[in-house]
Amino acid sequence: MRATWTRRVLAAGIAAGLLGAAAACDSGDGSGDGDDAGDITLTVGLFGDFGFGPLYEEYMDMHPEITIEERIAEFADHHTNLTQRLATNTGAADIEAVEVGFISQFTAVPDRFHNLLELGAASLSDRWLDWKWQQALAQDGSALIGLGTDVGGMGICYRTDLFEAAGLPTERDQVSALWPGWDDYVDTGRDYLAASDDGTFFFESSGQMFRAMVEQAPVGVYDTDNNIIADSNPEVLRAWDTTVEAIDAGMSNQLTAFTPEWTAAFGQGTFATIICPAWMTAYIETNAPEASGLWDVAAVPGGAGNMGGSHLVLPAQGDHPEEAYAFIEWLTAPEQQLKVFQETGNFPSTPELYENPEMTGLRKAYFNDAPIGEIFTESALQIEPQYQGPLQGDVLATIGQGLARIEDGAQTPDEAWAQVLSDLESLS
Amino acid sequence: MELRHDTPGDTRRKLHDRRPRAGRVDRALSPYLYVAPFFLLFAAFGLFPLGYTAWVSLHDWSLLSDERTFVGLANYRELVGDPYFWNALRNTVSILVLGTVPQLLLALLLANLLNRRLRGQTFFRMGMLLPNVASVVAVAVIFSQLFGRDFGLINWLLEQAGLGRIDWQAGTASSHVAIAVMITWKWTGYNALIYLAAMQAVPGDLYESATLDGASPLRQLRSITVPMIRPTIIFTVIISTIYGLQVFAEPQLFAAGGPEAITGGSSRQFQTLTLYLYEHGFHRGFQFGYAAATAWVMFGIIVVAAAGNYLLVRRIRSTS
Repeated sequence: MRATWTRRVLAAGIAAGLLGAAAACDSGDGSGDGDDAGDITLTVGLFGDFGFGPLYEEYMDMHPEITIEERIAEFADHHTNLTQRLATNTGAADIEAVEVGFISQFTAVPDRFHNLLELGAASLSDRWLDWKWQQALAQDGSALIGLGTDVGGMGICYRTDLFEAAGLPTERDQVSALWPGWDDYVDTGRDYLAASDDGTFFFESSGQMFRAMVEQAPVGVYDTDNNIIADSNPEVLRAWDTTVEAIDAGMSNQLTAFTPEWTAAFGQGTFATIICPAWMTAYIETNAPEASGLWDVAAVPGGAGNMGGSHLVLPAQGDHPEEAYAFIEWLTAPEQQLKVFQETGNFPSTPELYENPEMTGLRKAYFNDAPIGEIFTESALQIEPQYQGPLQGDVLATIGQGLARIEDGAQTPDEAWAQVLSDLESLS
Repeated sequence: MELRHDTPGDTRRKLHDRRPRAGRVDRALSPYLYVAPFFLLFAAFGLFPLGYTAWVSLHDWSLLSDERTFVGLANYRELVGDPYFWNALRNTVSILVLGTVPQLLLALLLANLLNRRLRGQTFFRMGMLLPNVASVVAVAVIFSQLFGRDFGLINWLLEQAGLGRIDWQAGTASSHVAIAVMITWKWTGYNALIYLAAMQAVPGDLYESATLDGASPLRQLRSITVPMIRPTIIFTVIISTIYGLQVFAEPQLFAAGGPEAITGGSSRQFQTLTLYLYEHGFHRGFQFGYAAATAWVMFGIIVVAAAGNYLLVRRIRSTS
């Protein structure tokens, strides 16, 4: 009895293992192969919606032989998956989006990508903001791995109804005047909390506030030799202290950006301000469609800075580099970037548009008719580029977790910072 | 008149005699041929990966570089010296206990209830299996929403009842409880059905005489049912232990994305061993050597835990 029984357990276990293996084999998907001569499918891997939909249609109408397929993943998964697919040399899309926090990680391995300088980009460097171009360049300058889509000049988006209830000004210039610096922003937060009793918070995520402050500094969490300098850069320490001060005062809604709770909070209107790079306006609009007219955009404290923005890269494993290149060159051209801006709010990285009245004159009804073209152009023109290290995204996430531990009450600020430093050490 | 039936031995001998030599070879070989596909597959997908993982675990082996240096047991040494590993082990054991003990007790009680004559038996029996049919991802996503801090149903109920809200994800104990609830939800019905099948093989006259002797239903459960289905209980305990020590999707999805889905919360308060492995193997530098070492240590822990549980449960008094 026991013998058969053991065998049965073994058989069941092995059968389960086999099923697992079969399922695992099933999940790999190729990228645009199996097409007939002349008929080409280009796959595009993005995180979130870039607002490219209508442009795909337009391009396919101009080039009937090309079919474009889009795959959208979660922000957190996207770059991990991409690294994995590059490493195993299979499964990547023909065209992949890379956020600026991750671009250095990929410029460090330029041979995993098609060199766009050889595909025709060499003469186009004037099209983009210089720093945007530089970001996608391999360290020795011999290869360019990506073309820039948007940049994230910052503003602060705020809820006029919540500001009014707290007795704060609601008109955007007056609101901008409340916070020339981050200390003033925190002071305004104190006023807000003191005056409002509806259980709302001043901002949604401490990690985002910290990131905004760091991005404004001339040097961030990395020096140009790729050393992590979070523990020695006074700007980083100041950003940490200011953010901790805001957490202690109870200003943070304790959300992590891009999680479902974060998304849901927009609809519930539980926070009054949010760090607003241009691309954030699209998130706000989709996450809280019924709050139209309640949001407005003011200037960001502490001066200009870039937060986020992306490049489109062509993994070397893609079979159609010429076609893919032709497509992204078209897609990132000023005319198309303007359309994306009008559609979503993702701000163009091509300076020739910054004087185009169609662009600077753009207002958004959702944001109380705010002149977002003007606000974000001004912000983008002032951006001083900051060097981004290879694990930029992971470093910021690690620090964000430290802030979350303080919010959870799991650690004191000193303990949290000590753990951040030891985690950063094991990161590299 | 005397009827003589052939014993199996007789039949075999007769067949044997009739068969030619080729048939004998066939008879000797074919059983092995029949089972061969299974063992070949097992070797390819079971044994080989196991051995290869051991080999990888002895190297500094990153997916991102082609250089693979032999480092002996360095990965294991580093693992044992990492406080986050011990943290993950503690979390895993805590979730295992919280998720398995109530689950199996509940399954036993449910099976005992269903073992009586009920209206709509099939309905209840099939209904119990439904949570198990649902994909683990769907279960984890829905429960993560139920346990949501701001907009979760459970916190809403707590608030209605005048109790405070709980930030389920933030606390160590609360997150373990939430994850254990997911595991219990998914596996209780499954185990109950297995117990039920075993209970139906218990002879009814045992219960009859027990009833005549005045034994209460609870007493009957403890003194007749449990000892009679002991092998089945051992089976479920071992399977649940193995599953519980490998729990991955529940904590991963409970964190609701971002970096916390890899570290199991910002304080690693619900990072299990498999999440720890995932963090090193697929997130941080693709350290396959280190992840492979973690996998082997996990394998060892699971074998020890399953064996320990087997010895423990075997002590249930046998009826014989």
